[in-house]
Amino acid sequence: MTDAEIRTVALATLLSIAPEVEADELRGDRPLRNQVDLDSMDWLNFLLGLHEKLKVDIPEADYSRLITLDDVVAYLQKKLGAA
Amino acid sequence: MIEFKLPALGSDMDEGTLLEWKVGVGDTVKKGQVVAIVDTSKAAVDIESWQEGRVHQLIAGIGQTMSVGTVMALLLEAGETAPAEVGAGGTAPAIPAAASAVPGRRMVSPAARKHAEEKGVDLANITGTGPRGAVTLQDVEAAAATLQPTPQAAPVATKITDRAADMRKTIAAAMSRSKREIPHYYVAEDIPLAAALSWLQATNAQRPMNERLLPAVLLLKAVAIALKRYPELNGYWRQGNGNAGFVPSVAIHLGVAISLRQGGLIAPALLDADSKSLTLLMQELTDLVKRTRAGSLKSSEMNEATITVTNLGDQGSQVVFGVITPPQVALVGFGRIAERPWAENGELKVLPLVTASLSADHRVSDGHRGALFLRELNDLLQHPEDLEK
Repeated sequence: MTDAEIRTVALATLLSIAPEVEADELRGDRPLRNQVDLDSMDWLNFLLGLHEKLKVDIPEADYSRLITLDDVVAYLQKKLGAA
Repeated sequence: MIEFKLPALGSDMDEGTLLEWKVGVGDTVKKGQVVAIVDTSKAAVDIESWQEGRVHQLIAGIGQTMSVGTVMALLLEAGETAPAEVGAGGTAPAIPAAASAVPGRRMVSPAARKHAEEKGVDLANITGTGPRGAVTLQDVEAAAATLQPTPQAAPVATKITDRAADMRKTIAAAMSRSKREIPHYYVAEDIPLAAALSWLQATNAQRPMNERLLPAVLLLKAVAIALKRYPELNGYWRQGNGNAGFVPSVAIHLGVAISLRQGGLIAPALLDADSKSLTLLMQELTDLVKRTRAGSLKSSEMNEATITVTNLGDQGSQVVFGVITPPQVALVGFGRIAERPWAENGELKVLPLVTASLSADHRVSDGHRGALFLRELNDLLQHPEDLEK
């Protein structure tokens, strides 16, 4: 998958949790949870949604590395590439 | 005869609008069964019956707005037969219907009832012309002849569109009442979470993604367990002239404050939280959040919370001093879990901490007991493995 394709999946997953989000206004290099009102349950569901769509396991120890949308895309790309 | 009344789905509810009946006349109703869906200012709520019986009459109509306590339906108890049902050609004395019609004791002939079910006629909307106001076969036939499809969604939908404004008014009324009537006191304590988070990390590493636990579940379970030793924080303040006072609850039902994406919040209950495993609590919390935001809650979840827990840590607040939800007598708040300096045994460390707070009703408990409750909470969270039991 390309980075753009992964980003599309990530945004679709995010919108399923926070439908009020304006995807075009999200900055990929800014902390996602500063831009979107996501609580812990939302965040868990976001990661769970990515796991289910992309078949990528995301260990809890890696959660702290997933701050921005760019982080998420890069992390998933690496995981998919290693699969 | 059992009168099924519109329950109060929280102290801040005065009325509700019937959206849908989930049962029909003649249906058997079991305890806990959802019998209707009622729209409140906060959500559409599945209304459960807490008595068993057979539906005798549906009194409330779709789209009808009614006050709390209004009789919505009548149920026959086990073994009870419909009162003075009159068959076609029956010999009941000819008493004028208007003079003897007793609300809640509707008489319908078996033939009329059968015909009404076949034609989809709501008996509640028929004026009986038979003896003592009994609904006859002719009454049903006349009603069926005039039956027109009625658009029901439009007026109900109109009410729902104003939900955000209604919810704000409802919250305003409940919180104003709380601050007016309840003498709050507040205590807070910083709780180290190194042990709890370490245990959680090890536990989650063994679990598939969809079964991992959030720290919030540990906090909720610890609150529920601690309440067993501080029953004066778990229950209701009963209003009354001369007999006002605290009524403790044996059951521990945690009202969990859940914010809605469109604004406002609801605090439905995690029932019997003290007796459930962390895994089950996590499943139920996940389900509760999902259904709360989808507007699909049960009446028992709306009106049975014995204390409220609010967690504003995700929003970055270090501490929250909440407003008690009447008639409850306490609220536990949690702030952000974050690394902070911590002095212990003459050493300065950096530890993950959470600030737990308690807002409580001074008519029922004192700050001394409130502080001991938080200490108990602290102790429990130092032994997270025990919370799994």
